[in-house]
Amino acid sequence: MNQELILQLSAAVLFLPLASFLLIIFFGKRLPRQGDAIGTSMLGLALLASVVILLAKLLLFHDEVLDFTFTWVDFKSVAGIGPLKIDLGIMIDNITAIMLVVVTLISFLVHLFSTAYMSGDVRYSRYFAYLGFFSFSMLGIVLTNNFFLMYVFWELVGISSYLLIGHWYEKKSAADASKKAFIVNRVGDVGMFIGINILWANYHTFTFEKIFAAIAGGQIPYDSNPWLTAAGILIFCGAIGKSAQFPLHVWLPDAMEGPTPVSALIHAATMVAAGVYLVARTFPMMTADALVFIAYVGAITAFISATIAIAQNDIKKVLAYSTISQLGYMVLGLGVGAYTAGFFHLVTHAAFKAGLFLGSGSVIHAMHNALHHQGDHHTDAQDLRNMGGLRKKMPVTFWAFLVYTLAICGVPLTSGFLSKDEILAGSLAFGKLTGQTLIPVIGFLVAGLTAFYMFRIVILAFLGDHKDPARFEHLHESPKAMTIPLVVLACLSFFAFYSFNPFGASSGWFFHAVERPMTAVPNAVAAASAEEFEGVLHESHVTAMMLSLSVAGLGILLAYVTYYWKKISAEKVAKALPPVHAFLLNKWYFDELYGATAVAGTVGFSRVLAWFDSKIIDGIVNGAGSATRLVSFASGKFDSIVVDGAVNLVAYLAGFFGLLFRKIQTGKVQTYIAFVLVGVMVFFFIYRIV
Amino acid sequence: MTIHLSLVHFLFVSAVLFSLGVYAVLTRRNAIMVLMGIELILNSANINFIAFGHYGALSIDGQMAAIFVIILAACEAAVALAIVLNIFQQFNTVNVDDVDALRD
Amino acid sequence: MSFTILNVGILTWMTFLPIVGMVVVLLLPKTNKGAMRWTALAVTVFQVVLAGLIYANFNRGMTGINSAETMQFKELFSWIDIKSVAWFGRIHIDYFVGIDGISAPMVLLTALISFVAVIASWNIEKAVKGYFALFLLLDTGMMGVFVALDFFLFYVFWEVMLLPMYFLIGVWGGPRREYAAIKFFIYTLFGSVLMLLALLALYFSVTVVDPATGEKLHTFNMLAMMNPANFEPGSILSGLNTYWRYVAYIALFIGFAIKVPLFPFHTWLPDAHVEAPTAISVILAGVLLKMGTYGLMRVAFPIFPDAAMYYLYPLAFIGFINIVYGALCAMAQKDFKKLIAYSSISHMGIVILGMTAMNTQGMMGAVFQMFNHGTITAMLFLIVGVIYDRSHTRGLDDFGGLMNQMPKYSAIMVIAFFAALGLPGLSGFISEAFSFLGAFQTFRWLAVASTLGIILTAAYMLWTLQRVFLGTLPDKWKELPDINGRELVALVPLAIIVIILGIYPAPMLNMMNASANYLVDFVRGGGGLTLLGK
Repeated sequence: MNQELILQLSAAVLFLPLASFLLIIFFGKRLPRQGDAIGTSMLGLALLASVVILLAKLLLFHDEVLDFTFTWVDFKSVAGIGPLKIDLGIMIDNITAIMLVVVTLISFLVHLFSTAYMSGDVRYSRYFAYLGFFSFSMLGIVLTNNFFLMYVFWELVGISSYLLIGHWYEKKSAADASKKAFIVNRVGDVGMFIGINILWANYHTFTFEKIFAAIAGGQIPYDSNPWLTAAGILIFCGAIGKSAQFPLHVWLPDAMEGPTPVSALIHAATMVAAGVYLVARTFPMMTADALVFIAYVGAITAFISATIAIAQNDIKKVLAYSTISQLGYMVLGLGVGAYTAGFFHLVTHAAFKAGLFLGSGSVIHAMHNALHHQGDHHTDAQDLRNMGGLRKKMPVTFWAFLVYTLAICGVPLTSGFLSKDEILAGSLAFGKLTGQTLIPVIGFLVAGLTAFYMFRIVILAFLGDHKDPARFEHLHESPKAMTIPLVVLACLSFFAFYSFNPFGASSGWFFHAVERPMTAVPNAVAAASAEEFEGVLHESHVTAMMLSLSVAGLGILLAYVTYYWKKISAEKVAKALPPVHAFLLNKWYFDELYGATAVAGTVGFSRVLAWFDSKIIDGIVNGAGSATRLVSFASGKFDSIVVDGAVNLVAYLAGFFGLLFRKIQTGKVQTYIAFVLVGVMVFFFIYRIV
Repeated sequence: MTIHLSLVHFLFVSAVLFSLGVYAVLTRRNAIMVLMGIELILNSANINFIAFGHYGALSIDGQMAAIFVIILAACEAAVALAIVLNIFQQFNTVNVDDVDALRD
Repeated sequence: MSFTILNVGILTWMTFLPIVGMVVVLLLPKTNKGAMRWTALAVTVFQVVLAGLIYANFNRGMTGINSAETMQFKELFSWIDIKSVAWFGRIHIDYFVGIDGISAPMVLLTALISFVAVIASWNIEKAVKGYFALFLLLDTGMMGVFVALDFFLFYVFWEVMLLPMYFLIGVWGGPRREYAAIKFFIYTLFGSVLMLLALLALYFSVTVVDPATGEKLHTFNMLAMMNPANFEPGSILSGLNTYWRYVAYIALFIGFAIKVPLFPFHTWLPDAHVEAPTAISVILAGVLLKMGTYGLMRVAFPIFPDAAMYYLYPLAFIGFINIVYGALCAMAQKDFKKLIAYSSISHMGIVILGMTAMNTQGMMGAVFQMFNHGTITAMLFLIVGVIYDRSHTRGLDDFGGLMNQMPKYSAIMVIAFFAALGLPGLSGFISEAFSFLGAFQTFRWLAVASTLGIILTAAYMLWTLQRVFLGTLPDKWKELPDINGRELVALVPLAIIVIILGIYPAPMLNMMNASANYLVDFVRGGGGLTLLGK
C-alpha cells in the first residue's frame, strides 16, 4: 500500500458520509427505512477504511506525514508579495489517523444505536442525513492540513450541531439551545478567525506546515513575540468555543436538548474534542505564555463544571458537565505540555463518554417507554430522582455504564486511568517546572469530584430501589442495536487497546505513535522542552498515580456514603449551605450573567440603535425633506404674495384707473364735445398765461 | 348818436351766435335741434369770415370761405339728416341721450 | 476582442435588448398580459444566454481598468459631436462600452437577477403593461451602468435607471409607496447632482487629442480621466492631492455612497425595500446597491487614486459602521423585509471594508461579495415575497413553525439564511472571509472590530429563523401551501450558484483576478504617478 492509496482512501472516508447526507436528504423519504441503512453502512465502510488507514500509517509510514495539496484559489502575482495562492489539502499523520478511527467508530456506533433509539421519530430520515453531514464535517477537521479548511469545517460541524440540537425544533427550549450553541460557538470562531487573519497577514499561507516552518525560521508575526502569543491564544479561542471551555462553556449543557445519540457523538466524543485536536494541531506555534493561558482555561473549566455537575439532577446535564470537565482536563494536559497525554485522554474519553451518553440514552429510552406505557407525560424521564434500581432490569446497560464510570474516574485497568494519570503527572511536572502549583491542585481536586458525581449517577440510577414500583415493571432492557454499541465501547474502555502495561501507557503503541512535536517558537518564549519535561515527569509519575488513586477512591467512597448507605444526607447538606447549593444548581449563574450582560446588552443596544436610526438619522432625512417643504412653502407664499402681488398690483391699478376713467365715457357725443370744449379752453388759458 | 360799426361788433355777434350754437348742441336732446345748433355755429363762423374779409386782410377770401361754408353746411345738413333718419329707424328715437352705443 | 451578433456588439445587445422588449410590450394589446410576461422573460433569458457567452469568451488575463486595449467586448462610436458651441469649442461624446474583471461579474449578476425578477413578477396583475415596460427600461439602465466606459454615458444610464424605479415602487408598491418612492428618488437624485458636478469638473479638466483631426478635445472618457497626463495644467482638477481633487472625490463618493447605501445615507433603503414589490426589492438589493460600490471601484478610485488613498481609512471606518450598525439595526426589526434591508446594509459594509483594504484579497473579496450579496439577498427577498404572497403579513412575530408546514420552502430558506450569515461552503463565506483577510492586513483593529458583525449576523439570522420557522405553527397558517413551481424556478438557480461558488469560487474569482490586482496596484501607486514615470 503506497501513500497515494492511503490519501485516496482518506478522501473516500471523508466523502462517504457526505454521500450519505446527499442521498438521504434528497431521497430519504423514498428509501427503505428512510435511508438509515445507507447512513449506517456508509459509516461502516468509512470505519473500515479508517482502520486500514491507521494500520497502514502506523505499520508502513510511522514517522512520515502524508500530504495532498491542491490550489484552490490563485491570486496570481500580487504586488508586494509575489505569487499568491490559497492551497488547500489534507494531511495524514499519526494523530489524524487515530482521530479518523475514533470519529468513524463513534459515528458508526451512534448510527447503529440511533436506528433503534430514534425509530418512529417524525424526522427520522433527516436525522440520519444530518448525522452524515456532521461526520463529513468532523472528518474534514481531522484531515485538513490548513487553517482555512479547518475554519470551514469548524463552522460546518457547528451548523450540523445546530441542526441536530434543534432536531425537535417545535420545542422552544430545543430551538433556543441550538441557536445558543451556534452563536456562542461563533464567538469563539471569530477569535479563531482573527488568529487566522494574523497568520495570513504575515505568512500568506494557511498551511500548518508552512506556517510552523516560517515561525521556526524566525519569522514572527509583526516581529513581536506577544503577537505570536496572541495568535496562539486567538486560535485557541476556537477551541474555547467548540470544546466548551470557560467562559464559553454555557452552550454545551443546553445542547442536551438534542437527541441523546447526538449528544454522544457530537457533544461528548467528537465535535467538542475538536478544540483539543486543534490545540494539538497548532501545538508547535504555541508560546509558553499561550500554553499557560491554555492550561489555566482548562483547569478553571474542569473545576467549575465539576462543581456544577455535583448539583445537577438531569442525567444528561451531569454528563454534559462531566464532559466539559474532562475537556478541561485535555486542554489542561496540552497546556502543561503533556501533549501525548492530553490527546490520549481525548481518545479514551471519546470511547467511554460516548458510552456514558449512549448508556444514558438507553436508560432514558427505557424510562420513556415505561412512562409512555403508563400514560405519564409529566414525569421527567431524564431526572435521576425518578430512577433507581435499573441494574436488575437493564443489566447490559448497567455493566457497560459501570465500566465507563470506572474509566472516567480513573480506576486502574481502564483506559481512563492511563490517560488521566498521565495528565495529572504532567500537571505535577508543570507545577514543578514553572511554579504554577494551582494547576496540579485543581487537577487532583477535580479527579475527586469526578469520581464523586459519576458514582452519584450510578448509584441513583442503577442501584437502590426504583422510585415507582409500578413503573419498574414496565422497564426493559434496550434492543440489540442499542446494547451492541454499548458493549463495544465498554470493551474499548479497557487498557489493553492502548498499552499492554495497565499502569503506564508510555510504553504502548499510542505514546510511540503520538509524540509531542518540536515547538516552532523562538527559544526565548518557548515552554520547557520535551526532554526537560519528560525528565521531571518521570520523577512525579508515581506521586501522581498515588495521589490520583486516593482522591478517586475518596470520591467514590463519599458517593457511596452519601447516596448508597445514606450516612450523609445530600438534602441536609444542600439545606445547610443554601447559597452554595443554589449557586451550583444554577451553574454559577453564568447563563443569567450572560443573559443580563451580553444578550440583553446587545438586544437593548440594537433597539436603541434602531430607534436612533428611525428617529434621528431618518429623522434628519425626513427633517431635511420637511425643511425643504417648509422653505418651498415659504417661497411659494413669497412668490404668490410679493412677486405675483406686485404684478397683480400693476394690473389692479390699471383696472382701477380704467374704471375711474370709464365713468367719463358716457357714450354721448354731447359730453365728449363738452370735454373738447373744456379742453380747448384749458389749453387756451394755459397758453395765454404762458 | 350813431353807432360806429366796427369789427368788434361783428365778432361779438358771432361769439354770441357761436355760444348759442354750442349751447344748443350740448343741451338739446333732439338730434334735429343739435343739427340746428351746428348750423348756428357754422353761421357764426361765416360772420367771422365776412367780418374779417371786410376789416382785415382776408378781403375776398373771407367771402369765398363763407360761401364754401354755406355749401358745406348744406351738404352736412343733408348727410346729418340722413343719419338722423337712420338713427330714428334704428333706435326709434332722435333723442341723443338714448343713442349711447359708443359707450361700451 | 470583439464579439458581434448581426454586426452589433454583444454588450449593446445586452443593454438595449430590453428597450426592444419594452417597445414590444407597449405595442401589445392591453389585455394580453401573458404575452407581456413572456416577452419580458424572453428578453431576460436571452440576456442570460448572452451572459453565458460573455462568461465563456471572457479573457481572464486582461486587466482592463484604465487601458482601452485590455477592455473586452468593447464598442466605441462617436455618439454626440457638436462642432463648436459658444465659447467652449467642440463637444465630443463617445458611445464607449466595454467590460473588465470588475464589471464582468456585475454584468452576469444583472442578467441573472433580471431573469429571476421577471419570474418573481409573474403574479403582478396591476397595469401589467406599464410594469413590464418600466421593468425592461430599468434593465437597460442597470446593464448600461455596468458596461459604460464613458462617464457621460454612465451618468445617462444612471439616471435612466432612476425613473422606472421610481414608478415601480410608487405604483406597484405597498401602502406607503409614494413616500418610499419619493424618498428613493430624491435621495438618489441628490447624489446624482453631486456626481454631475464632479463629472463636469472632470470634463473641463481633461483633454485628449482627437486622432482624426489632431485638435485637443475635452472628453468624458473615463479611461482618459484616469491618466493624470491628460489633465490640462492649471485646470481645476490637475495635479495630485489638491484641494479640489479631494472635493471632487467626496462629491463622487457621496453620489455613490447613497446608492450603496453607506451610513448615514442609508435610510431610504429600508423604506424602499419594505414598500417595493418583491421583484423590485430583488432588483434593488441584487443589482442597484452594487452600482454604488461598483462606481467607487470603476470611477472614484482610479480617477482619484490620490484622494482614494487619502480617505482610505475614513472610508473603511464607514464600512465598519455599516457592518456593525446594520447588523444591530437588523436585530431590532420586527418586519421581515426591513430586517433583510438592514442586513443588506451590513453586508455592503463588508464590500466597503474589502475594497478599502487595497490589496488583492480584499478587492477580490469585495467584488465577489458584491456578486454573492446579489444572489443571496435576492434569495432572501424572494423568500419574504413567497411568505408575504401567502399570508399578507411580514411581521416576524406573526409566524412560527413554518418548517413543518412548508418543507421545500424551508430547505431553500436554510440555504439562503446560512449563506447570509457566512456559513462556509456557501458563497457568502468566501467573499466575507477574503474581505476580512484583506482588511486585516491594512486596518488591523478595524477588521477585528468588524468581525463583531459576524457574530451579530449569526445572532439575528438565527433568531429570525427561529421566530419564523421553528417552534409551533399558529393555527391561522395551517392552510399555507408550500412553495410552488414558479417560485422554485426563481430560487433554485440562485441556490445552486450559491452552493457551487461556495465550494469552488475559482470560476468567478479568476474572472476578476487580473483586474483586481491591477486596480490595487494602480490605486496604490497613485495611479498616474506610475504611468507618468513610464
